[in-house]
Amino acid sequence: MFSILARSLKTGVLTEANPFGTQARFGFPAIDFSRCTACDACAQVCPTGAIQATAASAAVKTVSLSYAACIQCRECVVGCPEQAIGVSSDVEIASYTRQQLARTASFDVDPATGRSIFRRVEVQPGPTLEESAARLRETIRGRLGRSLHVRQVDAGSCNGCELEIAATTNPVYDLERFGIHLVASPRHADVLLVTGPVTRNMEIALQRTYDAAPDPRVVVAVGACGCSGGLFGEGTYASVGGVDRVLPVDVYVPGCPPRPQAILNGLLIAMDIRQARSA
Amino acid sequence: MTTIETLSAALGVQPWSLRERARDEFVLETEAAALPALADRIASAMGGRLMSLFATDAGGDAPRFSVHHIWSLSSPRGFLRVVAPIDGAAGTCPSIAAAHPSANWFEREVMDFFGLVPLAHPNPVRVAHHDDWPDGVWPLRKDVPGGLPVARVQGDFHPFRPVTGEGVFQVPVGPVHAGVIEPGHFRFGVAGEPVLYLQVRLFYVHKGIEKRFEGMPWRAGLFLAESISGDTSVGHPLAYAHAIERLAGVSVPPRAQALRVILLELERLYNHTADIGAIATDVAFTVPASRAQALRENLVRLNDDLFGTRLLRGTIAVGGVKCDLPPAARDRLRTHLRVFQKAFDELVRLLIDAGTFTDRVDGTGILSTQAARDLGVVGMVARASGVDADFRRDHPFDGYETLRFTVPVEEGGDVRARLMVRAREVEQSLSIVQQALDVLAGSPETLIAAVPEQLPSRSSALGWVEAWRGPITHWISTDTDGVIDRVKVTDPSFLNWPALVHAVPGNIIPDFPVINKSFNLSYSGNDR
Repeated sequence: MFSILARSLKTGVLTEANPFGTQARFGFPAIDFSRCTACDACAQVCPTGAIQATAASAAVKTVSLSYAACIQCRECVVGCPEQAIGVSSDVEIASYTRQQLARTASFDVDPATGRSIFRRVEVQPGPTLEESAARLRETIRGRLGRSLHVRQVDAGSCNGCELEIAATTNPVYDLERFGIHLVASPRHADVLLVTGPVTRNMEIALQRTYDAAPDPRVVVAVGACGCSGGLFGEGTYASVGGVDRVLPVDVYVPGCPPRPQAILNGLLIAMDIRQARSA
Repeated sequence: MTTIETLSAALGVQPWSLRERARDEFVLETEAAALPALADRIASAMGGRLMSLFATDAGGDAPRFSVHHIWSLSSPRGFLRVVAPIDGAAGTCPSIAAAHPSANWFEREVMDFFGLVPLAHPNPVRVAHHDDWPDGVWPLRKDVPGGLPVARVQGDFHPFRPVTGEGVFQVPVGPVHAGVIEPGHFRFGVAGEPVLYLQVRLFYVHKGIEKRFEGMPWRAGLFLAESISGDTSVGHPLAYAHAIERLAGVSVPPRAQALRVILLELERLYNHTADIGAIATDVAFTVPASRAQALRENLVRLNDDLFGTRLLRGTIAVGGVKCDLPPAARDRLRTHLRVFQKAFDELVRLLIDAGTFTDRVDGTGILSTQAARDLGVVGMVARASGVDADFRRDHPFDGYETLRFTVPVEEGGDVRARLMVRAREVEQSLSIVQQALDVLAGSPETLIAAVPEQLPSRSSALGWVEAWRGPITHWISTDTDGVIDRVKVTDPSFLNWPALVHAVPGNIIPDFPVINKSFNLSYSGNDR
């Protein structure tokens, strides 16, 4: 007993004062579109289809990269013949819509040479981050206050996201100091923290869990699979896909798996304490 | 006598029906009717252990289906795949589950995915498909596209075994649990607190991984393998890489082998540490629980520091590894593990010296050696029940044969034994990492061997690994174009889940979480 106390006193406080702003060696890939030639080598090697290269017409090509589906495997970084794809060090990426996680650029195809020349980065369809933030604020109308009760639902995950969600409760991240509590029942929850892909066999359970949570309720989709179906795809015999295929999602936290800081960040966005920053 | 002659004599078959596909990997082609007798012979006379059982569909070719049994053999050392053609028109296949319980779930899975009903199976009901899955749709058949929309059947809930008697009732738990864990449904039959029986319903997180592998380039398949079970993102891709390397006949450079050993052991370290903490959590002993969590966080941060990835994703490559450890990083790793070892020893001592803790774990959730053997339990759970088996020693890979280590075995079969096996394995892992670092220091720079984009056509190979939870096998075959045709993934959880049901009865419901945690089986790895 005394030795336990002594050891604990010696250990002191392990909790990091500010877990945010950590830089990772391998964050999400970032395409420097000005160097990109729309050759589609990256789209070919992307295992989840996070990078799409399409030819809208003979004269126009588009290249888009969506963090919703990105598993940070870095195949595109290695596979780009122009070295136009780098690795960012940001880890705390989140958004309010799937579209906000995508970056799309268009290219003019020179009819004489067939070469693609960068034209511009396209504006994403759908609401902006500010508009989405205002809408979320409207949904919760300050009712969630300074504390947040979270029910985690594994709707088909590989358990990688669960490991990192569990890590947010460890002494180093200690999510309870932000007023965030993981609760045992959806009936106690303000937020459902859902990992995916939503499987056929979890779809009904997920819907029922959502139905059991009182209004106003916020849904946070976690991980590449929760945001988009990821490696497992959408609409297969076993995988329905991203959480938004089943429930209205308020916050997307991409990553494979997202780091504990990113998950904490997503929860604070769901509380309207932080504002989403995509890409 | 050659190995083939020894093997054919032991099996009582003609030598020409046997071949050694690659080193330590034997194939016996036989008839379906001969499967049960062969299984009896392999298990009883040769001490073989069933590691996997699955079907394949050749599409239009006749005979359309084959059933494969994969056995681990100690003498001659290796794996034996017994394969028999199955007439698709009959829609049945012979069963070995009555005599070999580890085949139970495998055969029911073959029934669910291929529509081949195991004849004389003691309990031929669905295991993978849930009740709203329609009859007559078998998703791993080649004529069923992966994107086929499958309507839900309306009807009753899953029939659970009823309980009767005064004060006897059922407690349903899940699939959405109270903690941050994976989904599964547990149905307890209880008389007050003591559990009379437990029924487990899984496959809530079935993601169709085996179907998804089909037609994938092997390069992309590696990432799918990393996501079979997120806590085994070294073990699974390594088994996958072994299978592809054996298919392509590629040898892995020595430096990559040493790094693979280090990665696999680092994965074992962080998982075992987390599990020990979780066992403490489940008996509400918070001080060691917090300490274990902090130790585990330091280990995954070390991973991040050394390899840029907390859970070691993206480190294994087909043909080698994608990372290296320069001298400074090696020193950091050695120093960290020395500090870790001291803190870890203190953690274990704190637990086993506390009477309040040992009261909860001693004699709790006993899986007897007999039950473990009969059920074909594997890995760390088996070793805690007195079954001495470990692929790292018995079927070494990536240079484990050159390393000195022991395989800890405990006899108790209770939560305490499973805790102690973990603690003793951590000790071994630390020594293995130090030895592998020495190997690494003296090895050439090459990290990866070239693997041809195109694999040999109509070929197959088995990859195996002893990951932290237990043995993982990936069996991979290719089609006429050398593209992946079938991947059979066997996670140790699939072999061990049926044993949990035997460890729980007689215990009280409040002890279930700690028993379950001491097994720590993967739902995702089981359901795939």
